[in-house]
Amino acid sequence: MFQSEGVTASAPNPDLLRRLAAVVPPGRVLEGAAPLAAYESDGLTAFQATPLAVVVPETQDEVIALVRFCAAEKLPFVARGSGTSLSGGSLPFAGGIVIALNRLNKILRLDPAQRIAVVEPGVINLAVTAAAQPHGLHYAPDPSSQSICTIGGNVAFNAGGAHCLKYGMTSNHVLGLKAVLATGEVVEFGGASREQIGPDWTGLFVGNEGLFGIALEITLQLLPRAEMFHTVLAGYRTLEQAGDAVTAIVASGLLPGAIEIMDALALEAAVAAVHADYPPGCEAVLIVELEGPREVVAVDRGRLDAILAASKPVEVRPARDAAERLAIWKGRKSAFSAVGRLSPDFIVQDGVVPRRRLGEALRKINAWSREMGVRCANVFHAGDGNLHPLILYDGREPGALHRAEELAGKILRMCIEMGGSITGEHGVGMEKREYLPAMFGPEEIACMKRLRAAFDPHGIANPGKMFPVDGAPALSQHGLHSLEKAGVISRE
Amino acid sequence: MTSLTPSTLAELADAVRSSPRVIAVGAGTKPRLSQVADEFVRISTAKLRGIVEYEPSEFTFTALAGTPLAEIVAALGERGQYLPFDPILAEAGATLGGTIAAGLSGPGRWRFGGLRDFILGVQFVDGEGRLLRLGGKVVKNAAGFDVPKFFVGSAGRFGVMAEITFKVFPRPAALRTLRLDAVDDAAKLALLTAAANTRWELDALDAAVDQPAVFARVGGPPAALDAIVAEILGKFPGVEPARAEADRFWRGIAEFRWAHANGTLAKLALTPAQVPEFNAWLRAQTDARGWVSGGGNVGYVSLPAGARLAHSRWPGVTLRGDGPLWLGPKPRFEIMRTVKAALDPENRFPSLDE
Repeated sequence: MFQSEGVTASAPNPDLLRRLAAVVPPGRVLEGAAPLAAYESDGLTAFQATPLAVVVPETQDEVIALVRFCAAEKLPFVARGSGTSLSGGSLPFAGGIVIALNRLNKILRLDPAQRIAVVEPGVINLAVTAAAQPHGLHYAPDPSSQSICTIGGNVAFNAGGAHCLKYGMTSNHVLGLKAVLATGEVVEFGGASREQIGPDWTGLFVGNEGLFGIALEITLQLLPRAEMFHTVLAGYRTLEQAGDAVTAIVASGLLPGAIEIMDALALEAAVAAVHADYPPGCEAVLIVELEGPREVVAVDRGRLDAILAASKPVEVRPARDAAERLAIWKGRKSAFSAVGRLSPDFIVQDGVVPRRRLGEALRKINAWSREMGVRCANVFHAGDGNLHPLILYDGREPGALHRAEELAGKILRMCIEMGGSITGEHGVGMEKREYLPAMFGPEEIACMKRLRAAFDPHGIANPGKMFPVDGAPALSQHGLHSLEKAGVISRE
Repeated sequence: MTSLTPSTLAELADAVRSSPRVIAVGAGTKPRLSQVADEFVRISTAKLRGIVEYEPSEFTFTALAGTPLAEIVAALGERGQYLPFDPILAEAGATLGGTIAAGLSGPGRWRFGGLRDFILGVQFVDGEGRLLRLGGKVVKNAAGFDVPKFFVGSAGRFGVMAEITFKVFPRPAALRTLRLDAVDDAAKLALLTAAANTRWELDALDAAVDQPAVFARVGGPPAALDAIVAEILGKFPGVEPARAEADRFWRGIAEFRWAHANGTLAKLALTPAQVPEFNAWLRAQTDARGWVSGGGNVGYVSLPAGARLAHSRWPGVTLRGDGPLWLGPKPRFEIMRTVKAALDPENRFPSLDE
């Protein structure tokens, strides 16, 4: 189904599965239609591919043995955690195997004095914070799927979250790692020190989208939990006023932990889904969160109040206690799945524009949305210019998907033209691989392909992702993931 | 020894292609990084200087590799912004490119991370003379491999940087510095560990090797800091030096004024738990001086002129002096050779161990 870098799906050598099974202890290889169905797609549900087999190793040595087997056989493999990728990053390769890492789920070391955790790739993101919490620490990257997504997947796709402007992405919190590369070589980069010596191999590995190999052990830095939070919700008549407020906050020298905006359609959906309560008559809601020592938050709060008061809000609602803070975030985090309920299908993207052009970007998106008759809701990380347009359509209506994809493409091209990025945190994966050449020139892509070949000369690690494939259609997210429908995950 | 001084990016690419062996040099404040055989043509970035783009509202700037740090610090300061990792050797004339190649961050790295956490994009010339741009120009970007980070600490072995984009932050309105008592190495370790996990969100946490002291800095709105400073001093006995003295002190740290002039200077990667051992190791060497930075994650060692640092228990890099470039354990994997071949197939730049 998908082809790339010379790796082609071919009829399995009848002997292959038998030899694969011999690499690991009995019971690790799943084959046959029923067990494989669960692995046919990830958070990008529109695409399915059936792997030859799914292997569920339980130790690092088993993973190493599997990758070495794949290297010797030139057998494509896709590493998978919880399968929450929104860019199709863990979509299986037909004719290859899936290496499911969920059973490598041990926190190997938690050292509160040095504030580090050493974990296996199948450890759930939130489990790191849960283990660190008794020591007053937390793991900062907080993708909204953090209750189920794994650290291995976060590392592969350099996952983000709502706090990236101040705290950075996954790569800013990975100090070192042990990995088995697609060649079968086992490497160790970085370590427990926060300082790196020599080229930053750890930094190069994080965000490789599974194209270099599989991380086996990851050393994470933990941060002290902020003493105090101050969360404010402000409603505005227009999106532009909300955008202007963001500009004023940023210009003031404040550095909030999170700055988020929801537009009218997103608000409407959140009200319907979780009975969120917003000031009436607002076209946009801004959420700002300050955090830090109580004395600092107290001073910053005064400045923020003054900026918001001057920004012509309909109403400003500060959270008076932890429950009210949670309610604000519940409305925000449920927005995407809530919008999804308004429409049978939708496309989501995560392009980035320079922050000062947010207003202009939203005006364009709205104008195109009206012109094309395609509804589009917007929820975004305003602090770092990371858009999350949600384009609604009904797949049963002839031409609707095509129009939605056309709007999605216009938005991505706009992000690039404005000097931004096609992805802020979901990665390129399957979904945006056709747009990579709009962001990087042929020489740059050739350079990245040479790097890929250095790590994976046979092109067997997660083939078909990140790099464009001639003739393949542009892909997008359609509809709610089953876990979103169940309310387990949401998107940012 | 031949030297070229390109003044445009096209000339930079030509300069790389002009010889089978080349290495980039900045202001020469970390001379060991480019101390290679005479056959290497030196490509100076002296004429590739200047801030290309600075958008305070975006928290980003882009500058040419040869831009002196001091110029950047001043431009950011005018708009109330800064590079939170406290760039090192700015007064000595260090350039942006050289700082990335050396992977050097100052005491401020403690609060928000080091240089690697603020680099967003890089335009560089690879070993075949191609001018390539990877990473991005916005504060958040997950497209493509993170080659900009890879260049941090790479000592010019994989490419010549031409232009770099960084993230910046608003500068705290005030900084307060405390000199806290730590009678011995055990006390230093205890203090570093305890102060690292508090509600204060310290801006810097360094420790002296030859004095019984740990230095903490806290930043924020002036009105908020009195109470925090009082609480710190209530918990850890110490004094608050006058502001001018504190400024002088941190400048001295950033410029390595404590180190031997013309001697060896090396940076080592430590964990806080290794600080007592590091201090004892330093004291066991004749005339060695040192400094502990980044909450105990960075150790600096200085030896007088003529002395050579040949060994270290910890991974490190020599910045000045004649010792080996890389110190201590340095695992070498096959992937390091193949990545070098991918970016520099003809080995135009020195190899990692050359």
